[in-house]
Amino acid sequence: MRRLVVPGLISLLAVALVGLLVFGVLQTTDDSSLKDAIANKEKPTAHDATLPQLDGGATRRLADYRGGVVVVNFFASWCAPCDDEAPILARLQRRLARTHDGTVIGVAVDDASEDTRAFVASHGLTFPILRDVDRSLANGYKVTGLPETYVIDARGRIVAGQAGVITQRWIDANVAPLLDGGVRPASQ
Amino acid sequence: MTRAAVVLLALLVLATPAAASAPEPKTDLKTVEEQVMCVVCRTPLSVAGGPQAAAERDLINGLIAQGKDEDQIKDALVAEYGERVLALPDDEGFNLAVYLVPIAVVVAALALVAVALPRWRRRARTDPAAAAGPELSAEDARRLDEDMRRYDD
Repeated sequence: MRRLVVPGLISLLAVALVGLLVFGVLQTTDDSSLKDAIANKEKPTAHDATLPQLDGGATRRLADYRGGVVVVNFFASWCAPCDDEAPILARLQRRLARTHDGTVIGVAVDDASEDTRAFVASHGLTFPILRDVDRSLANGYKVTGLPETYVIDARGRIVAGQAGVITQRWIDANVAPLLDGGVRPASQ
Repeated sequence: MTRAAVVLLALLVLATPAAASAPEPKTDLKTVEEQVMCVVCRTPLSVAGGPQAAAERDLINGLIAQGKDEDQIKDALVAEYGERVLALPDDEGFNLAVYLVPIAVVVAALALVAVALPRWRRRARTDPAAAAGPELSAEDARRLDEDMRRYDD
């Protein structure tokens, strides 16, 4: 029995170390299940989290904006493609605000608040900006790069997603059909 | 000459308060870089490149210029980027594994040596033949002798 103690302890330690290694690898492995569900038109329920606003106001949840279309855009000021798509999002927000159909929500990820403020000011963005400091929202959407954009319908289901920069054509194809009155491609 | 001296003196007087008001740096970029991560590339900031790393360095440089010390800078970075920015996380919750696992491995290795070493030595004392290894075959012994002779020559 005593002969088994040392090998047993070594085995136990080895198993514990391998378990820790597997846990670490799983933490950093990309998970495409959400993207697959969106691509398969399964309309998965949108993940939510309570986040602080950039302007220092009360914390907000995506559920606070439910009832209309919510376009969630994960971005950062240092991300060049985010720069490219910001005018498209600004234009979309003007349209959504005018028709009361919903809103764009900007979620700043891995970005210092001062840098985000400068980015928002330089693009004249008027939609709410939330700060995802601990990635609690971004991780729920399996965000692996920036920008990423998700369209959530009035019932809180994700109906479209885009990893990478969005275009006006993408907005027309994925947001316009959800707006009151059906397909209404946005004009410039 | 006197006029130039007066102008110089006036400039010195004007410059002194500005220089005095600039806070003394309490640390430097290199020291902080070694203690924090680039949160996007998941590597230490000291070896990271890319736009997010550059933005992080700008922030650190700004804080150094404000006279913040290492702890204050790390606190500010955590407020901006979350706990992930720290190269060594706080010793709370699951993060404790970072500190405990290496200690546990070292303790286990020492325990293994402490248990196994006396056992090996005991075995060597009771069975010198086993400690010396298996007997060489006649053929191997002949080849070894040949090799040794060649080596001596």
